[in-house]
Amino acid sequence: MSQLSLTDRDREEMLAAIGVGSVDELFRDVPEGVRFHGRLDLEPALSEPELVAHLEELAARNVHTGDELSFLGAGVYDHYVPAVVDYVLSRGELLTAYTPYQPEMSQGVLQAIFEYQTAICELTGMDVSNASGYDGTTVAADACYMAKHITGRGKVVLAESVNPQVRQVVKTYAPGFGLDVVEVPHRGGVTDPNALADAAREAACVIFQQPNFFGCLEPAPDLAAAANDIGALAVAHVDPLSLGVLEAPGEYGCALAIGEGQPAGNYQSYGGPHYGFIASRAEHVRRMPGRIVGETTDEDGERAYVLTLQTREQHIRREKATSNITTNQTLLALGGLAYLSWLGPQGLREVGETCMALAAYAKERLGLPLLFPEQATFKEFAVRVGRPAEDVIATAREHGVHPGYALKRDYSGVEDALLVCVTEKRSTADIDRLAEVLSA
Amino acid sequence: MKLVYERSKAGRRAATLPRPDLPVPDVPTDLARGRAARLPEISEPELVRHFSALASRTFGIDTGFYPLGSCTMKHNPRVNERVVNLPGFRDLHPLQEEDGAQGALELMWRLQEILAEVAGLPAVSLQPAAGSQGEVTGLMLMRAYFADRGEERRKVIVADTAHGTNPASVTMAGYELQKVATDARGNIDVANLRDLVDGETAGLMLTNPSTLGLFDENIQEVAKIFHDAGALLYYDGANLNAVCGVSRPGDMGFDIVHFNLHKTFSQPHGGGGPGGGPIAVRERLEPFLPVPAVVQDGDRYRLDYDRPKTIGKVRGFCGPFGVFVRSYAYIRAYGPELREMSEAAVLNANYLLARLRDAYDLPFDRLCMHEFVLSARRLKREHGITALDVAKRLMDYGFHPPTIYFPLIVAEALMIEPTETETKETLDAFADAMLEIARDAADRPDVLREAPHQRPVRRVDEVKAAKRAVVRYGFEDHPDLSAEPSSARQLEAQKGA
Amino acid sequence: MAATETYPDDLLYNEEHDWARVEGDEAVLGITWFAQDALGELVHFEPPQEGADVQKGSSYGEVESVKAVSELIAPLSGTVVAVNQRIVDEPETVNSDPYGDGWLIRIRLSDAGEAEQLLDGEAYKRFVAEQ
Repeated sequence: MSQLSLTDRDREEMLAAIGVGSVDELFRDVPEGVRFHGRLDLEPALSEPELVAHLEELAARNVHTGDELSFLGAGVYDHYVPAVVDYVLSRGELLTAYTPYQPEMSQGVLQAIFEYQTAICELTGMDVSNASGYDGTTVAADACYMAKHITGRGKVVLAESVNPQVRQVVKTYAPGFGLDVVEVPHRGGVTDPNALADAAREAACVIFQQPNFFGCLEPAPDLAAAANDIGALAVAHVDPLSLGVLEAPGEYGCALAIGEGQPAGNYQSYGGPHYGFIASRAEHVRRMPGRIVGETTDEDGERAYVLTLQTREQHIRREKATSNITTNQTLLALGGLAYLSWLGPQGLREVGETCMALAAYAKERLGLPLLFPEQATFKEFAVRVGRPAEDVIATAREHGVHPGYALKRDYSGVEDALLVCVTEKRSTADIDRLAEVLSA
Repeated sequence: MKLVYERSKAGRRAATLPRPDLPVPDVPTDLARGRAARLPEISEPELVRHFSALASRTFGIDTGFYPLGSCTMKHNPRVNERVVNLPGFRDLHPLQEEDGAQGALELMWRLQEILAEVAGLPAVSLQPAAGSQGEVTGLMLMRAYFADRGEERRKVIVADTAHGTNPASVTMAGYELQKVATDARGNIDVANLRDLVDGETAGLMLTNPSTLGLFDENIQEVAKIFHDAGALLYYDGANLNAVCGVSRPGDMGFDIVHFNLHKTFSQPHGGGGPGGGPIAVRERLEPFLPVPAVVQDGDRYRLDYDRPKTIGKVRGFCGPFGVFVRSYAYIRAYGPELREMSEAAVLNANYLLARLRDAYDLPFDRLCMHEFVLSARRLKREHGITALDVAKRLMDYGFHPPTIYFPLIVAEALMIEPTETETKETLDAFADAMLEIARDAADRPDVLREAPHQRPVRRVDEVKAAKRAVVRYGFEDHPDLSAEPSSARQLEAQKGA
Repeated sequence: MAATETYPDDLLYNEEHDWARVEGDEAVLGITWFAQDALGELVHFEPPQEGADVQKGSSYGEVESVKAVSELIAPLSGTVVAVNQRIVDEPETVNSDPYGDGWLIRIRLSDAGEAEQLLDGEAYKRFVAEQ
């Protein structure tokens, strides 16, 4: 790369100041036996125009949600991302700052994180939020680690209607945490509180999702009560964009609220980077993972912000830390803050209502049998298409429509089930088009 | 400045949204939202000004020199932001069918191949979201590997210079921590190591060069001790910026490596993240890597879930794809000359060290790699000036301070990493400032103790922040912190009324 | 208002910088001036439950400053009969009065003989001087 910052003359002067004859000599502590003498077997360097052309060519071989009329959801959603989010994320100071270790240099990003924490607490009805987790899967593992230490118990319970990827990540982490994982089957698309209560004996926590992976509304207050009755922490995995119309987990007795922030202010980006959020009641703050920003004052008594309660964290508590997390997803979380500020409370409600209204229209318009006809839903619902779902998907895509997600990828006995997602970006005409393609 | 919530006024809004003329279904009463979330009600111009003000109160690598040791704060090329925002990447759904994601899959496959070459190890998983997650993933691989061999090993050894993430990851992966000491030259104490390693040892976690900025001169011997005991070596890639194309972790004897894409390969750090923590491993560990794997199949690319021995998934989908796009673009701009990046980083660090070594203490007097650690203990002893004072005073010169008080084995540590980004002029200006600060420690120490003088705030009261933690805005009940702290130590966060 | 450096003669000490004041079959425990000085202003005290057993040489709780955590290593074994609630509310009391109002817990001793293994004020002072 030719755009290096040092000129040949700089190099000579610097080597002289160091007192060595060559750059190679700087590496004299690297033992001969571990030196790499070859040339890295990488493709030739690209100039900036060549680089852009190459990446444009790669990008052009992807079919994105502007190319194809998409009803694909199942954890990542094609909601509108407003231009103000692009603006915030492109501000170089916010984009290129490190974690705000030196508060006097970083008041802006610290305040922004404080505002983000407030927004998450307001959405979820909780007292404390951290500055973000990696995504909506890893925060579930975080919740389990918290619950293990809070309760001292050795197992966690997952509703089967929780996003399969969330469950997979919990199962990957659980052995290291010393936790057993028990899954509770759904009954007709939702979780039975009695079945949950039976499974949750001696459990550290119970995780359910609202709306669940099938789009159905769980009897969330009953599930939380079932967990609370036997001393397990109730953990709700929630869609932030549902929280204008659906109750906050803090209001129905949950100890923790977690979720994937992507629907609120992040592009789909083939699955990341996005932000996971995790919020808790005040009494669990000392078990929270990751960065937390607190308000304080400076020497002049002026309001100021700083990373706080850091003795929870790995750089101080090391092997006894509440988590190993260091790098988080602050930039994406700030995208979330900008988005939620753009929406405001009324906008949040409107987005939720519009999704519900369009989804109801789609159910009606498609005229296909519902997989779980008894259940109320939010922006997703599952239908039976009468043929293997992947065939239907393939056919629809030939017509420029991606009709949804094949549930058989994660659940047995649902060969013909298609999970359809309708966001506020889809119009009734779009839904008419989907109906037309599916009935062809 | 005001919080966004304090700019809020009922009835204002920025958003315009589609409102189809359709009935809205009822939400079952017991599931319906009661009190609305108190999100800001603010117009778009005010919102933009608010974030502009926040940005202007934040210092990034775009603003100036940011020699935060171990964080590799290098320039983030603007072209990477352009390409990551191509709709074909930005608006691609992760569950899109493979034929509709060939460009993304090929990019990930190509990045895997590049990282394998840089690591000197054959198999890569891009999935971990950050270095810490790469660590815990690597430890899970160790566990799976030994379990597969019918072995139970419970101990992992970590250097006393390690980042806190290493010991925290050890615990999260269910291992028992053992610490190995550092010798007088800043290498791992090999004698101490020999005492620790036995049949119960699963592996070692090591950063090389270490957090002291020193390459371990005994690395081959260290590797042999572990391999002779049937144990594995894990390379924490936090300091890989020193040795790309110079020495490959696989050649050093490491079996598992994580990369910090947000350090070495220029993913902008975003005030805390995102990052990327891909891992590269030896053949014998490949069967245990997370699923899905990205594989090449003729001229097609696909996701392979058929890995019976996999540890599972550590994150959703394939990992932080946008980070991959930026890092891939970054590396392609260097090509095989990636070594030049590391050479410049090491040259810059040694030049700064040469300029500063007389004014500050140098606990380990060797050529450094991409960073070095000074100590302000002499300033503290002679003038009562601490590393913290030096850091705060640097702000007045327009520099972000180095990492301070780390690694833990160096008193009053100042850990300085200039990266290859910087010009000699910048390095000289920084060195001049550091030298002037050292002189001022003797001549006018109060200027240092009261620093910074030119930031939006003066030194921040961290004790108050920890004692009465106010971690969210409390609206009408928001506490006035300028008053005396109450005696009750409780979380002031106000639950929504 | 930091206290001045003292190591009273009527207390017993361990090498982890904890002190004990034996009062009959009970003892009051705290941390020394040296410990609070090394930690800086305390912001949190994680106490044991009343009724819990503490074991000589093992951790019975934690104190924290902004940048450090320190385990409290019991100098003597026994059962917790009282926790100093004032320290839970105002942990900085330990900094201003480590041997008085800054006491942490009171235990009923399970093995009075253990006291003989602890350092007296003079011995602890010598130990601190070597640190």
